[in-house]
Amino acid sequence: MGAFRERALAWLYSRPEARAWALLAPAGFWLVAFFLVPLLIMFVYSLMPRGIYGGVEPGFTLAHYTRFFDPLYLQVLQRTFAWSIACTVICLVLGYPVAYVIARSRRWRTLLLFLVVLPFWTSFLVRTFAMIFLMRDTGLINSWMLKLSVIQEPLTILYTPFAVMTGLVYGFLPFMILPIYASLEKLDPSLHEAAEVLGARPLARFRRVTLPLSMPGVVAGSLLVFIPALGSFLTSDLLGGAKQVMIGNLVQNQFSSARNWPFGSAASFIVMALVLAAVMWYLRVKDAGARIEPAK
Amino acid sequence: MNTPIPRWLIGLTAVVYFFLHLPVLVLVVFSFNDSKFSVDWRGFTLQWYQRLWERPDILRGLKASLIVGSAATVISAVLGTLLALALARQRFRGRRALEGFLFVPIVTPEIVTGISLLLLFALLKFPLGLTTITIAHVAFCISFVVIVVLARLQGMDENLEEAAMILGADEITTFWKITVPQLWPGILSGALLAFTMSFDDFVITSFVSGPGSSTLPIVVYGMVRKNVEPSINAISTIILFATAILIYLADRLARAK
Repeated sequence: MGAFRERALAWLYSRPEARAWALLAPAGFWLVAFFLVPLLIMFVYSLMPRGIYGGVEPGFTLAHYTRFFDPLYLQVLQRTFAWSIACTVICLVLGYPVAYVIARSRRWRTLLLFLVVLPFWTSFLVRTFAMIFLMRDTGLINSWMLKLSVIQEPLTILYTPFAVMTGLVYGFLPFMILPIYASLEKLDPSLHEAAEVLGARPLARFRRVTLPLSMPGVVAGSLLVFIPALGSFLTSDLLGGAKQVMIGNLVQNQFSSARNWPFGSAASFIVMALVLAAVMWYLRVKDAGARIEPAK
Repeated sequence: MNTPIPRWLIGLTAVVYFFLHLPVLVLVVFSFNDSKFSVDWRGFTLQWYQRLWERPDILRGLKASLIVGSAATVISAVLGTLLALALARQRFRGRRALEGFLFVPIVTPEIVTGISLLLLFALLKFPLGLTTITIAHVAFCISFVVIVVLARLQGMDENLEEAAMILGADEITTFWKITVPQLWPGILSGALLAFTMSFDDFVITSFVSGPGSSTLPIVVYGMVRKNVEPSINAISTIILFATAILIYLADRLARAK
């Protein structure tokens, strides 16, 4: 044991980069082998002909990508994109005021923040089921509205676009609130006072001081909502039924019942490419923002 | 900042908070409702919790989740801590690139991670089961552990380590006697987050689990699809409280001195 320890230490001292490699090799290996390589396999599969019993055949084809010009799949892509954008906008409209109130509050701030963070750590499956429990034909909303005679027959809420959109907003709203809060909280109150002294009315103060300075939070929050909405699967699966298919469901379907792995891989790669494009856009906007920020 | 917050803003905020929390609250309340089909309140009962014990699939799912969760937690905590140490303390080529790469597993949609791993295991003809689930969970947990531990490392005093070395401790002794004890709350906090994420994961797990290796979320998903009785409310409530406790502990540890 002692000899081994001596040798290990000598080895560490003799090679400055060896220590770094020894520390990062295990996790690095894991991330490469079980994250990067699988993504590469997925990409390669998306360019190969389909095998009869799942899997792929040797060869090269772009057919799985051109298939997305088929109106059926084009519609799925458009729906996914439109819903993700709509979800982001709704989250922004609902989330900004909440973030603003939290940032301005004194006594309640800790509690309000805690209540925004809590859903992050609540099982997404459980939260989605909570929505079903409220929305289904025999659910709480329908049974109460029937009892109050607001309606005579149960409304179909579940398995509609409305249900999916509500579920998406419900799922991802906290991702919008937190970054906006973070940038509002950092905002220097003296800027606000200066604007007030110079005669700006409340609305003008908000529009010309608060809003521009909170843009980093708005951009980050939008990204954090848009990305998971784009790749969402559970929400549309459980709240949308078979009619409201998003690209996540399309991918899943290719790997379960349809058994068309290369087409599923292509769809999945499109999701990944859209996500990366969104991240790139974010990094560019962020860098541009950093450049125009005033020097201290 | 002297102007009061407008009333309508406070009203809107209240509505949003109701929207965020009422559904889960209702779910929990009705796990104690003494009625199988009705959503009217028929009195308090614990029978839906008792029924959970009679369902072998739930108990098996719980066992699978605990096995996978513990294994994934230990592996990702060790690997993540080592990687964080490399990033914080060592200089090597490609450090910035590696730091950026850490965020890729975080932004990648779960469905993409899930199917790409399924393709890998299919290609290797590796049988799907608890092992493949664990491998997948470690792959998405490492990044979170690294971020938590890195935050702790950046707040740590490097002088203590230097002092130990000056006083004659070698590198390995310094690591175990100085670095690890100081880092411990960060590691534990990262580990608890990893466990929570592993315990909650449905989407990725659903692709890499084989017959007979259903974790608890897989079982619950099956119950949700089949719309079975208030037992789902009961198991959901248990999952909620279990994760809430874990997250509370993780948060306490992350703030520990």
